[in-house]
Amino acid sequence: MKKSIASLLLGTALSLIAAGAASAQDKVVKIGSLSDQSGLYADLGGPGSTLAAQMAVEDSGLVAKGWKIDVIAGDHQNKPDVGVNVARQWFDIDKVDVIVDVPNSGVALAVSNLVKEKNGVFLNSGAGTSDLTNAQCTPNTIHWSYDTYTLAHGTGTALTKAGGDTWFFVTADYAFGAALERDTTAAVQSLGGKVLGGVKAPLSTSDFSSFLLQAQASKAKIIGLANAGADTTNSIKQAAEFGITQSGQKLAALLLFITDVHSLGLNVAKGLNFTETYYWDLNDGTRAFAKRFQERAKNHAMPTMVQAGVYASLIHYFKALEALGGNPHDGAKVVAKMKEMPTDDALFGKGEIEPNGRTIHPAYLFEVKQPSESKGPWDYYKLVATIPANEAFTPLDKSTCPLLKK
Amino acid sequence: MAALYAQLLVGLINGSFYALLSLGLAVIFGMLNIINFAHGALYMMGAFCAYFLLNLTGLGYWWALLIAPIIVGIFGMILERTMLQWLAGLDHLYGLLLTFGIALIVQGVFQNYFGSSGLPYAIPDELKGATNLGFMFLPIYRGWVVIFSLVVCLATWFLIEKTRLGAYLRAATENPTLVRAFGINVPRMITLTYGLGVGLAALAGVLSAPINQVRPLMGADLIIVVFAVVVIGGMGSIMGSIITGFALGVIEGLTKYFYPEASNTVVFVLMVLVLLVKPTGLTGRAT
Repeated sequence: MKKSIASLLLGTALSLIAAGAASAQDKVVKIGSLSDQSGLYADLGGPGSTLAAQMAVEDSGLVAKGWKIDVIAGDHQNKPDVGVNVARQWFDIDKVDVIVDVPNSGVALAVSNLVKEKNGVFLNSGAGTSDLTNAQCTPNTIHWSYDTYTLAHGTGTALTKAGGDTWFFVTADYAFGAALERDTTAAVQSLGGKVLGGVKAPLSTSDFSSFLLQAQASKAKIIGLANAGADTTNSIKQAAEFGITQSGQKLAALLLFITDVHSLGLNVAKGLNFTETYYWDLNDGTRAFAKRFQERAKNHAMPTMVQAGVYASLIHYFKALEALGGNPHDGAKVVAKMKEMPTDDALFGKGEIEPNGRTIHPAYLFEVKQPSESKGPWDYYKLVATIPANEAFTPLDKSTCPLLKK
Repeated sequence: MAALYAQLLVGLINGSFYALLSLGLAVIFGMLNIINFAHGALYMMGAFCAYFLLNLTGLGYWWALLIAPIIVGIFGMILERTMLQWLAGLDHLYGLLLTFGIALIVQGVFQNYFGSSGLPYAIPDELKGATNLGFMFLPIYRGWVVIFSLVVCLATWFLIEKTRLGAYLRAATENPTLVRAFGINVPRMITLTYGLGVGLAALAGVLSAPINQVRPLMGADLIIVVFAVVVIGGMGSIMGSIITGFALGVIEGLTKYFYPEASNTVVFVLMVLVLLVKPTGLTGRAT
């Protein structure tokens, strides 16, 4: 009994100290850019995301006002345990306030839980899974740029409406692929389409021909590629080789980034339909950012929507900190403030953050240009349709996020 | 049934790459006793070489098939002369660590300059298109890969097992001092053998460039499987590695059809089973 009272007192004292530390505001911010730095997603996030974070710090103007802001980078190697370990060390030892980027849905979901436990801020723009703002939402996570709902309702709906009413999926065998297949299936079925089958391919498969042959044998009108990065480019390249598109079936690259199109070349990628929320050549604001980014980026690549999301989410984060008058080092408080304020940046336009942590803004259905239409390197997309913000993301009444049930 | 034939053929195509790569590893291990972990990186260099030849000098695929293995082979021989030769006679672990380190450095350098998504490389005009086999649509290029790698594998086997040069080489591994006494330059022969093994890796890289993206990590994704192939076939056995390469490609292809989730583990499950039953591998001899 004595012992338990003592431990109770100790616990209370410790939580008071913790609360005291948390309420102390200062002007120091540490940003951790956690990404796949060297694997199949390194070009769409990776070092480019760290650069985007640095640009956001410079553009925020806070450093001139006496703030001290650092950006550090880490590699999660597409392994949830590695990602969580890096993040834990960042919170415990390096005193990181906010984690950005984190492609790979498996890693993102694990990190999201840890960020909640540590009361940090998680601004995710790299991962696809819509679970981050549904069943697994937290008061510390904001999901930027896109999610599997956007992709499913952009590309999936457009292709089904255009007559592609039978689908076969080639799905990456982890959290992201499963979520994307689930959301696309729902979108296709809601329009009366049918899913004839699917195959789950391990992450980082180099040869997709077996899977593509199964897709071909299914006779489905649309082959949905529920994968990303090098997996998608390999699938597209090999599909061309096996004559899949010539024989009347259509490929739906559900998630395609500008770096993927660049790597495939227009000869292979031409005609593909897909959904993104950022493209460098949309308007003056997107062009200005892209130009500055490209000058400083390794390989002089254009920013992907993931990297654009890192920039835009941090700009909004800094606005919230300024409104709070300092960094309270209390993740939930900062995220609540971010949700209060409407978002407005040159990259995604005006938008808002919903109570479940989902940032909503318009999305775009693009088509890859024919080689003859392209004016030069990186001139790759034709805008087919703009999807309004309220249709591009899960409607709030359908979100399964526990935060909404108050 | 038609679908099954198609999967068997696709498996054979992947098996060609396994066979070519594991053959190079087997040659190097059998003759030099080096576990060459840099093999995947050298395979990747072969593919990049083809890309550069095309984009910098305008030399197409057919020239790349000839020149890339020579360039990468020379790079390999420099590695052997400057670093690997000092490890002769030491524990295998040293060679493994050195070559693994080299692989990481080479991949890191390429990744720094070219990113991870890779570069495009088109199928040569002569091999474009496909034929309809009735049960499947076979891209002509894939058919070419199977036939060409089969020829290269058998030629290498013939060179090492059936010619005088091969006999010198095998003798030199058994007893280098004695062979030297006959006036044969053993160190030079070893360097050339390493170059040959490396050249085979680069050749596989050129073959794979039009199929896969030319990516810095293309070898890293493949090399672990290839090592499993070598272990299953028996370390250092030339014919063993060729047959196992093709066989495992087929088995993997069938797994992709019947239970795709297991397709990247099936090779390792087999490796465990083989090691439990026959620790020297299927064709290896106990020493």
